[in-house]
Amino acid sequence: MNSMHPADGPAPRPGDPTGTGLDERLRAVALGDEEAFAEVYDALSGPVFGLVREVVRDPAQSEEVMQEVMIELWRTAARFDPAKGSARTWALTLAHRRAVDRVRSEQSQHRREQRAAALSPEVPYDTVAEQVESRLERRQVRRCMGTLTQLQRESVTLAYYGGLTYREVSERLSLPLGTVKTRLRDGLIRLRDCLGVTA
Amino acid sequence: MKHRNIHLDTGAYALNALPAREHTEFSRHLRTCESCAAEVRELVATAARLGGAAADDRPPPDMRDRVLQGIRGVRQERPAPPTPAWTDRITRRLPGFALAASVALAAVFGGVAWWQHDQAQDARARQQASDTAQARLTGVLTAPDARTTVARLSGGAAATVVYSAQRNQAVLIASDMAAPPSGSVYQVWFDHTGHMTPAGLMDPARTSAAVLLDAVDGASGVGITVEPAGGSVQPTSAPIALLPFAT
Repeated sequence: MNSMHPADGPAPRPGDPTGTGLDERLRAVALGDEEAFAEVYDALSGPVFGLVREVVRDPAQSEEVMQEVMIELWRTAARFDPAKGSARTWALTLAHRRAVDRVRSEQSQHRREQRAAALSPEVPYDTVAEQVESRLERRQVRRCMGTLTQLQRESVTLAYYGGLTYREVSERLSLPLGTVKTRLRDGLIRLRDCLGVTA
Repeated sequence: MKHRNIHLDTGAYALNALPAREHTEFSRHLRTCESCAAEVRELVATAARLGGAAADDRPPPDMRDRVLQGIRGVRQERPAPPTPAWTDRITRRLPGFALAASVALAAVFGGVAWWQHDQAQDARARQQASDTAQARLTGVLTAPDARTTVARLSGGAAATVVYSAQRNQAVLIASDMAAPPSGSVYQVWFDHTGHMTPAGLMDPARTSAAVLLDAVDGASGVGITVEPAGGSVQPTSAPIALLPFAT
């Protein structure tokens, strides 16, 4: 199982030279190693905070969520299993969950719909794309997003970066619930194949 | 909303796009749907790539200190009851090759965990006890009515239980278990329809071990939990594995 880093695929992850070492550090965190935790913080705080900002938007709330995520990472490090994915995947998954929880708890249904209406489905993707150039990882994600159908891309973007439930996505795009669910799934599957994610 | 084909929820689940109730429902479904779990794992990793593609944004510099201070007061979870979602269970009759493999495995372990005998003082007594334990293990594994149950745990660990109703004994073979957290042990329990009685401790120094379980006395299976060193009278944590005896 040591030979597997499913989230990374067969090739070393571009733009993330600390991949495997980071997995080890996070395992050390599970044993209460504060120094290892500081290293994990330094390696992941940029991408984690970037994602939290993207989903939560509000700067003050983003900071609160960021702090929650980092402490949660410390608290639950023992659950991290490198055989199931990299430390980076683990941290980003946790961050996304927390960010989405915040968005959903802070906002009434009505306000979230307004927010969704204001959010052009293409915007987060383009925002991402603008800053993509410097990193191969982003470029790859951008290229793969480009292989999705428009409907898949809109659904995935609204759900992931917008923090909307599939029900809200269906209202936003005036599509049946089943269709949205299917688009989310086949869109992600297409991304998975394009990015070469194996698990 | 009864159009639901729950298998299609994998994408929405990986994107955290299921409303709370459906999220819980799907989490439950994942425990029994192996193919869904495999797909979810890949799609979660894919979603994280989307997350990693958001623009990096440095948090304010003072947050680092706040967080590093903050964790000092936060008690960490103990490692690591694998979530049942990733546990699959195969119950089948023991075929010959698996039996041979099990015996070989038991032989490789050499020093079996035989807690009944750990008072043995001198090396010879220990060796004899070990030989005896070995013979008793082999006796169960080769019993004509031996039946086997296999559970895969997260992290590549596997647990196999071989049960002989005639001998009223079972052998638990664990391999590649994560070392228990310091100050704790894996404890094995007999499952009497939900009521757990102690069946023995695994040697915390070994991540692979064969444990003879005497006096099954009608238990329906075994469970494994992480307990404080020395073991507990009753389980104090959720089982990391439950293996029903195959009959």
